[in-house]
Order: sequence, then C-alpha cells, then structure tokens
Amino acid sequence: MDKKKAGIAIIGDRDSVLVAKAVGLAVFDESNSERASKLIHRLARENYKVIFLTEPLYNGCSEAISKYKTETFPAIIPIPDSHGASGVAMAQIKANVEKAIGTDILFAEEG
Amino acid sequence: MAALQVKPTRMELSNLKKKRQVAVRGHKLMKDKRDEMVRRFIIYIRRNRMLREQVEQKLSLAMSEFVIARASMSHASIEEALSYPARPATVHASTRNVLSIKMPELTLEESAGFEYPYGFATTSAELDAAVQAFAELLPMLIELAEVEKICNRLADEIEKTRRRVNALEYVMIPQFEEAIRMITMKLDENERGNLTRLMKTKEMLAQKS
Repeated sequence: MDKKKAGIAIIGDRDSVLVAKAVGLAVFDESNSERASKLIHRLARENYKVIFLTEPLYNGCSEAISKYKTETFPAIIPIPDSHGASGVAMAQIKANVEKAIGTDILFAEEG
Repeated sequence: MAALQVKPTRMELSNLKKKRQVAVRGHKLMKDKRDEMVRRFIIYIRRNRMLREQVEQKLSLAMSEFVIARASMSHASIEEALSYPARPATVHASTRNVLSIKMPELTLEESAGFEYPYGFATTSAELDAAVQAFAELLPMLIELAEVEKICNRLADEIEKTRRRVNALEYVMIPQFEEAIRMITMKLDENERGNLTRLMKTKEMLAQKS
C-alpha cells in the first residue's frame, strides 16, 4: 500500500480555528462559503487528505463537499465552531444510515 | 414486462441459458457482498456516532476555552503567540481494499511529546489549556475523519450494490427465464408440428399403395 505523508487543514472563522495553529494544523481563516469552496478545491489538489470545516461553512459548501464525498481522499469533516454544535454532522450520519439501509433503524429510538 | 426479443433457435436457447447462469451467480455474489457491507457499515456507523458525540462535546469545550483565552489576553499578544510555526502535524494516508472498496486509512504522525510553540511569559493559562485540550483531541479527530469517510464510502457502495442486486433479481433474471420458456415452447411446438406432418404423410402413403 502506498503510505504517504499528508497535511491536515482546518477552515473556519478566526475564533474557532486559530487554536489549531498551535498544534500544527494548517489554518485557513475564512468565513465566506464561496471562497471556502474554492479553498477546498485547492487544498484537495495540494495533498491535504483531511480537511476540517466548521459547521456554518459546511452548510455553505455543500457543492464542493459532495464532489469529494464518495472519493477516498480528502476527508472533509464538519466540526463545531465556537458557538457549539448545530447537529449538522449528526444529521449527516443519519442520512448515511438511511442511504445504506433504507430506513433509520439504528438511531430511530432516540431521535 | 418487456420480454427479450430473441429468435426461437437452439443456438439462442443455449446462449440464454449460459447468460442466465452467469446472472444467477452474479446475483448471489452481489447479494453476499451487500450483506457483508451492511454488517460492516452498522459497526462503523455506531462507532462514528460515538466518536462524533465525544468530539463535539470536547471540541466545543476547547473552543469556548479559547474564547476565554482571547478575552483575557490582548489581541496582538495572542496573535503573536500563535504565529510561531508549530511542528506541522501530518498524517499517514493510505488505502485498504475491503470488498473492492478503497477504504482510507489515516494515522497521525507520532510526534515525540507535545510542546507549546510559544513562551509562557506573555500568554495566559487559559490559552495553554485550550491548546492542550485541542492537542489531546487531535488523534480522536483523525479517527473520526477516517471512520466518517469509511461510512460515506460504504453507504454509497451499498446503495449501488443494492441497485445491482435488485436489477438482477427483478429484471434481468426474470427476462431470461421468460425468453427461455418462450423458446422452449416454440421449439416443442415445431417438434410436434413436424411429427404430425410425418404421421399424416405416412398415412397418405399407406392409403395410396
């Protein structure tokens, strides 16, 4: 198997993502979803295999995300921003279950 | 159902029988693949959900800590503290072939011990706490990325496979069966027609002599 070193990027508003800089992630300060989409395309070409995206942007960039969704890399993962989680990611998991199994049999009892 | 348009010949019949055999075999394989993928998917999606809950909780905590840190320090000094380049975090990304689906495999590059990229003189304790919380969270984030990607890929692949299984089961195979039945009946009918004709001719010949 090809083992390759790759970078991790994080895109979001300044308050939420600046802290990631201290840990060594590539931080991109962006709160406009249109520019963020372009950024995603660029990062995908530039050997970033994991891209974290704050939830407000995740909603705005659905077109760019769906393009990479079924490819192996990059993994574009929504994370909560400094205002907390809005449930987008959980809805995503639910949607996956429904897509694969046909109905939400796993989490239906709680939701 | 629209039946297949075939010529009622023996040649076609044997071809169709072969095709049906292949379709049945493919159907069985595809069905097994689908079942196994669903089994794996359920394991992964449970894990995905658990990780996601933990990450969201801890990350929100770390971020709110950072917001406090920003409030307790001047804008310039926080910017300064974080503008020092930290050792870049990298992942080893590879793929693994599971049921002919390429699954991502991500492992965080082990860095020997975590160090703050800034000095402690001008920074507040809240910033340290936020940074440390985030650093501790990073391996979990990477795992979440891997699991979530696997779930996406699996869900997509399961959907495709299910379509193929259904197409084989409800369209292709019944069509072949129907065509085979039609040809056999036609051939049998021809056979019977031939036989009666022969018997009739024999009768006529017997009457003449």
